[in-house]
Amino acid sequence: MSLKLRALLKSPWVFHISTGSCNNCDIEILDCLTPRFDIERFGMLLAPSIKHADVLLITGSCNRKSMIRVKKLYEQAPKPVVVVAIGECSCSRGLFIHSYNCPVPLDKVIPVDIYIPGCPPKPEAIIAGVVKLIQKLKGKA
Amino acid sequence: MIYIIYLVIFGLFLTSVLGLVASWIDRKVTARVQYRVGPPFFQPFIDITKLMGKEVVVPNTASKGMFFFAPLMSFAGAVVASTILWINQLGYTEGFLGDLFVVIYLLMIPSIGIMLGGLASGNPLARIGASREIKLMLSYELPFILSIASIIVRSGNSIIFHRIIEIQGQNGANALSFSGGIALIVSIICIQAKLSFAPFDIPEAETEIMAGPLIEYSGIYLGLYKLTKCVLLFTLPFFIIILFLGGLNLSGIGIVYSIIKYIALLVIITLIRNTNPRVRIDQAMKFFWGPVTVAAIVSLVLAFIGL
Ligand code: SF4
Repeated sequence: MSLKLRALLKSPWVFHISTGSCNNCDIEILDCLTPRFDIERFGMLLAPSIKHADVLLITGSCNRKSMIRVKKLYEQAPKPVVVVAIGECSCSRGLFIHSYNCPVPLDKVIPVDIYIPGCPPKPEAIIAGVVKLIQKLKGKA
Repeated sequence: MIYIIYLVIFGLFLTSVLGLVASWIDRKVTARVQYRVGPPFFQPFIDITKLMGKEVVVPNTASKGMFFFAPLMSFAGAVVASTILWINQLGYTEGFLGDLFVVIYLLMIPSIGIMLGGLASGNPLARIGASREIKLMLSYELPFILSIASIIVRSGNSIIFHRIIEIQGQNGANALSFSGGIALIVSIICIQAKLSFAPFDIPEAETEIMAGPLIEYSGIYLGLYKLTKCVLLFTLPFFIIILFLGGLNLSGIGIVYSIIKYIALLVIITLIRNTNPRVRIDQAMKFFWGPVTVAAIVSLVLAFIGL
């Protein structure tokens, strides 16, 4: 595995985008940063700006207005970048699947590397998902 | 020629490594204060390595030359300042007249670089951050220089590091007197602002203006800014130790005392950072030009009297 990828996996700075979520998933993401779960142990930090991000955490139902922004943000993020869909909404639009406002799921717009289901997923599930993602990237490289 | 070797060995290599270790101590202490485990030891090194491997995104609105030049300038300023401190500390040179002033100027360059980078990136939030950085710099430089002036007076009007360390070796550390003690407190508050740590992290307030001047930087240029921060995290306490605490002693048991001095100073800075909320820019200005400047003037007067 290249040094570049290895360093990326040891210090993924996460950036958090909500595409019209009900806010529960966002709260669960913030839970991961609290003393109880402390993801800084794995070198993860919450990046203040998209230009500093290595991992995009995307929550919410992918509505028309926000998907334009998500696409722009994905283009602005410095590559290599990993996309994580958190919550049932961003995996498959969840209960909004028949809504007029959510025409396409997230992975039709930008490439998604891992899906973490749950409504909302527990912090443990988010951490487990990220661990699986790291194993997947290690296997791929 | 020999100075270039000093620059590479001490300034670039040694200070960067020590600075990254210092930033690990800072993050670890922060984590422990918040009952967390904190990052592993090599985390700052990994962060920098990672940033070197990332793509550099340049905004359309940026003025390209300055956008790329500003981080280099910040880093160069910090590195040269630390080199001058090291070679004086280790006694490789007698220094030159006024090297104290040169270091004071060089220590301003990182802030100026952050400012220029923010203004060049063409982002409104970065501009707000840069304007706050200018105001913050105007406010903390006055008491900082006054407190250094009281040290100059105390060490018989000498403006050479070499002499200042020598005089402290004869008369005991500056911080043990009244004027030196007050000046030490003033300058610790000022380096808190120089490092833009809470309560003076106003230019980079992550929750309101998203990293301020650094918002548009990515990849290796962001890494350079982070490295500059780490170098300053080592250099500024080192500067304070030389001026107030008798310098580092790198022979025999002195090494232990030196490390204790440095880590104690670093932990004080980290604890101040962790126990204070961010103030507004006008409050910071009032604070620096009010009580802090008065304290610095008091210490200057006491130094003239000879206390
Ligand atoms: S997945 Fe559930 S908790 Fe998460 S945003 Fe959608 S509705 Fe809310």
